[in-house]
Amino acid sequence: MHAASPQASRLSPLNQRRLANFRANRRGFWSLWIFLVLFVLSMFAELIANDRPILVRYDGNFYVPIVQSYPETAFGGEFETEADYRDPFVADAIAEKGWMIWPAIRFSYRTVNRNLTVPAPAPPSAENWVGTDDQGRDVLARLIYGFRVSVLFGLILCVVSSIIGVIAGAVQGYFGGWVDLLFQRFLEIWSGLPELYLLIILASVITPSFGILLALLLLFSWTGLVGVVRAEFLRARNFDYVRAAKALGATDTVIMFRHVLPNAMVATLTFMPFILSGSVVALTSLDFLGFGLPAGSPSLGELLAQGKANLHAPWLGITSFFVIAIMLSLLVFIGEAVRDAFDPRKIFR
Amino acid sequence: MSVPLLQVADLKKHFPVRKGLLSRTVGQVYAVDGITFSLDKGETLGLVGESGCGKSTAGKTILRLIEPTSGTIRVNGERIDALSRGAMRPWRRELQVVFQDPYSSLNPRMNAGDIVAEPLVNYGLASGQALKDRVSGLFAKVGLRPEQMQRYPHEFSGGQRQRIGIARALALNPGLIVCDEPVSALDVSVQAQVINLLMDLQGEFGLSYLFIAHDLAVVEHISHRIAVMYLGKIVELTDKRSLFASPQHPYTEALLSAVPVPDPKARRKRIILSGDVPSPINPPPGCRFHTRCPYAEARCKVEEPAMREVRPGHFVACHLRKVDETAFATIARA
Repeated sequence: MHAASPQASRLSPLNQRRLANFRANRRGFWSLWIFLVLFVLSMFAELIANDRPILVRYDGNFYVPIVQSYPETAFGGEFETEADYRDPFVADAIAEKGWMIWPAIRFSYRTVNRNLTVPAPAPPSAENWVGTDDQGRDVLARLIYGFRVSVLFGLILCVVSSIIGVIAGAVQGYFGGWVDLLFQRFLEIWSGLPELYLLIILASVITPSFGILLALLLLFSWTGLVGVVRAEFLRARNFDYVRAAKALGATDTVIMFRHVLPNAMVATLTFMPFILSGSVVALTSLDFLGFGLPAGSPSLGELLAQGKANLHAPWLGITSFFVIAIMLSLLVFIGEAVRDAFDPRKIFR
Repeated sequence: MSVPLLQVADLKKHFPVRKGLLSRTVGQVYAVDGITFSLDKGETLGLVGESGCGKSTAGKTILRLIEPTSGTIRVNGERIDALSRGAMRPWRRELQVVFQDPYSSLNPRMNAGDIVAEPLVNYGLASGQALKDRVSGLFAKVGLRPEQMQRYPHEFSGGQRQRIGIARALALNPGLIVCDEPVSALDVSVQAQVINLLMDLQGEFGLSYLFIAHDLAVVEHISHRIAVMYLGKIVELTDKRSLFASPQHPYTEALLSAVPVPDPKARRKRIILSGDVPSPINPPPGCRFHTRCPYAEARCKVEEPAMREVRPGHFVACHLRKVDETAFATIARA
């Protein structure tokens, strides 16, 4: 047997094995890293794609336009409104008495490029690396912000619906009997509702913001995990150590969350990446249909819809397609690796 | 006379058999069908019987891990059979359990120290350093080293795991521990250690055991009195000496004749029962044992025998046994 030295590792041998299995799935492992890098980069989207400089040195003072707004008068302009740093007048004024550090892409997701020499959507150029959309906004900037919105939306939806689903499944499976029976019938009816139509109807009645859209999708997405967790709880409620816990005076809540849930977590975690990608797809498809995030928000689905509407501008459709395809593939690959990691029968090498 | 620690009267547990689309109840499994006994403080009652006779169900029903169908369970004279889940909680401190399988009865995700500490935490009896001290004290009591508290169940042997299970049961200072075949998953040498540990602890804490087993040798070693179960009913209940010296029920006779004797030259009458145990869904009418009983009479097939005290302290449910008046008379005279 292995020497059980507590200093060796804080992970239990089982978790060490899982980590090793996860690493052994090279594709999933690298997918996770690529995804994490993209995600972290998109978290700092304001530093990568913005219509304001990161740092301005003007007349011996430092200005940080990306966190604070300064009136044009601060840089010797005429208006009290916020300075438009892309305006050659302001840019020249600053260049005279200092310098500016710009992000790599000098457009935010809603910056309209007014200097286009061709009608929008403009093809890729030195200024707009993958062109502009039909309102003259930089596609790359919109992709970066859109990726961030999609992933954040997916993550929040996935986590919240998993928490609700796990609790619902736990209660159902643990108590069984009538609770289970009634809940199960309710779930059958609920999941039989035509989700997409209801979402479209609801979205046309209420103007969907990020939060409202999240709540609407949550109405239907929480049922995803209930079945799995319920099954695990039904199985585990008759384990000897669960009975023992009952005999030891543990309350139902303690038994459910300390003794049974850790067992159900394996099945739950295995599903997570797939739920995440499902959530991303749900948002993208609503955006594509025009019932998603409010107009003007950076959105992959909306870009895809523009691509369909502007077939003569292939950079719209192609880029949004590739971003969505790569993002979803990465998530599925990660999901496969997670599944491998938690599979007790999987043996590598 | 003081009130017995545990009194069980006419305890029944029937499981419905459901079938079909509407899950109609088409029958009942008469797993435990009216058992009556009592258990004093510091006493061990052995409950023996073959697989499927309902002895484990009886144990779990007494602990209210399974809800009884009917009958009463009294602990220290108080009825606990109809208490709600919440009202049952304080009583669980009094009734503890050691399970058969030391592998499945310990949560694999908790370390040994946490497992033993759990009941104390559940009742808020100790925390911090006091909790640690209590747990290491319990570890020492059951013959484990306190350093082993950090280990996980899979790092222990079967016997050690059963010791953890015993330590956990002891944590709340219960009056009664239901031992549900605590040694049948262990090999013989370890069985002896665990049995002796249980007996030592009984001497130290005045525990009562309801000791469920199918191994007569083990039961003989640990029990004061023994109840023999057959198909959901107790057929014979007496102190161990009287049971092994003069078994009264034909089923007990057959059971005892099957105990191996460590002497290759020993020749003795082995009673081989014919047939199988009848299904508990449809138990035979009259005496449940009549289908396999070598002495069965016409009466046994129709009339169910009641428990009778045929000798002082020796109860048996059989039509064929007459009450031994002389034995009672001797007692009365003395």
